[in-house]
Amino acid sequence: MDIVTLVQQLVNGLSLGSLYALIAIGYTMVYGILRLINFAHGDLIMVSAYVAVMGVGLFSWPWPVAFGLAVVLTGLLGVMLERGAYRPLRRAPRISLLISAIAASFFLENLFLVLAGGRPKPFPTPPWFAGVLKWGGVFIPRLSLLIPVVTAVLLAALFLLIQRTQVGRAMRAVAHDLETVSLMGVNVDRIISLAFLLGSLLAGAGGLLWAMKYPQVNPFMGIMPGLKAFIAAVLGGIGNLAGAVVGGLLLGLLEIMIVAFFPAWAGYRDAVAFGLLIVILLVRPTGILGESLGEEKL
Amino acid sequence: MFLKESAIRNFWLNLGALALLALFLWGAEHFANEYQVRLLNNMAIFVTLAVSYNLVNGICGQLHLGPNAFITLGAYTAALLTLTPQQKELIFILQPLVWPLSQITLPFALALLCGGLVAALFGFITGFPVFRVRGDYLAIVTLGFGEVVRVLANNLQSLTNGPLGLKGLKPLTNLWWSWGVAAITIILIRALVNSSYGRAMMAIRDDEAAAQAIGVDTFRHLMLAYILSAFFFGVAGGLLAHLITTISPTLFTFFLTFNLLIIIVVGGLGSTTGAVLSAILFTLAGEWLRIVEEPHTLLGVTIPGIPGLRMVFFSFLLLLVIVFFRQGLLGRREFSWQSLGRFLRRFSAKVSTGHI
Repeated sequence: MDIVTLVQQLVNGLSLGSLYALIAIGYTMVYGILRLINFAHGDLIMVSAYVAVMGVGLFSWPWPVAFGLAVVLTGLLGVMLERGAYRPLRRAPRISLLISAIAASFFLENLFLVLAGGRPKPFPTPPWFAGVLKWGGVFIPRLSLLIPVVTAVLLAALFLLIQRTQVGRAMRAVAHDLETVSLMGVNVDRIISLAFLLGSLLAGAGGLLWAMKYPQVNPFMGIMPGLKAFIAAVLGGIGNLAGAVVGGLLLGLLEIMIVAFFPAWAGYRDAVAFGLLIVILLVRPTGILGESLGEEKL
Repeated sequence: MFLKESAIRNFWLNLGALALLALFLWGAEHFANEYQVRLLNNMAIFVTLAVSYNLVNGICGQLHLGPNAFITLGAYTAALLTLTPQQKELIFILQPLVWPLSQITLPFALALLCGGLVAALFGFITGFPVFRVRGDYLAIVTLGFGEVVRVLANNLQSLTNGPLGLKGLKPLTNLWWSWGVAAITIILIRALVNSSYGRAMMAIRDDEAAAQAIGVDTFRHLMLAYILSAFFFGVAGGLLAHLITTISPTLFTFFLTFNLLIIIVVGGLGSTTGAVLSAILFTLAGEWLRIVEEPHTLLGVTIPGIPGLRMVFFSFLLLLVIVFFRQGLLGRREFSWQSLGRFLRRFSAKVSTGHI
């Protein structure tokens, strides 16, 4: 493999990895607080993409309006999901909470199957994101460079919010010990809603970027990115925001590099992530950056 | 003496129930049409699957999301063993089937057994990583194995024929096979649940640390439930393959697992009776709800069918049940002849006093 192809593949891996990171943040924030895998998180990607398709295609809004609305609606949907499907079960056995999450995920997928039909829709990528940059002998789609940049900006904003504000401190405290913090006058419900809102907003943005990278919008498009992002979160150390970013980037690079170096294995690409998950859970269940967890957190 | 007598009575009542089932199947074989027979076969396979699934999810309390992997393994193993060498040569056009399999043809019963054993072996191997973790992680790892098996079935051309799948299987699954397997599954799993093993499994479900503290070997009990359910998933997969006669990797996605999850949650997690009832209801409801997906003409106006509406309904139902009626239909209650007797006595008392 020559250096040009290597650079191209690195950029590809980086942009895929940033998408995983963006989505993984939502999993890791919710897991950090509620110890729940929000199975429906991946479907928020799909909802965001559909809102954008409808906004641009059906109502002919300018794309910034449609995209903004898609992200906001996805954020609100995440909050509604928590209210409707998770909050009533907070004191129920864990298995019920998980089943509720899976049911919510299937409900969203099939609802959009009924509303929008099963035929994949093309995604109206704005010209601003299209095009190819030529740099030396390297051809790089502009989108592949924009995705890591957008991701970096969003994540920087999130880190500032969580590390430097009062609300962010409350959120960190709730993730550390929900019961105690609720005794100290923090409105835990509101903090949990906020965590869902932030995670879902990022998933909304991730959904738009994903749909521009793979411009086929269908009701089941969120499942694989969702599962992969979750694996990325586990790889980095679940509950740890920096870990989600590291895990996402690693998983993205790994997937792209495996296909680049061993083209014959392309069919097994989806199995790689799951194989990796099993290996991490066997060898180091806390992930790369995870604190050492007690048994009760597994 | 009393216990023994009731045990003998239960044995005869069970035998009687089985005889009634046999009579019903005989009647169905002779008088039901093709569609009804197919529905009954489907029902039996779903009963087998739901009862086995309930053993791991309901009795042991571990959210296992990979039944589709075991069903795939059972279906492919059984199918490859009943096809004749000539058929296999015709099916595997891109790459020939690997050697020993390409020459073997076994009778249906042995093929089903092999399907179950291969699935159980896969259960044994995957059980070690799966039961290193609990809760959400266990769910996602088992889901991962389901995905890995699907990817393998799509890519191992010389073993599974890839995305093309296997066609032209003999329709060997009949009412006797499907309901026979269902009855054996129910009897074996009920016996297991009522034994000390079953009580240990329920102890693990209710409080794993406490169960461990009183000396329950959690790993061994969970493995036992997981491998036994894997075996029945495999056998049911073989039955399913020889009912629909064409199999491909797209048939066994997570969607199948999701249907099983709906069945056992609606029936009541932890109740074998609930799983049986719910599997039967689910199969029937799936057929009735077909109406909403097909176009209809009402008073000269054509209402278009809406494909996918059934799943919206089922997933919303699951959401409602899990959020508001967590016990489902039966909770953890089981059918027993004693409870039926009590019910009948109370009922007849009401009738005789004129309260009904």
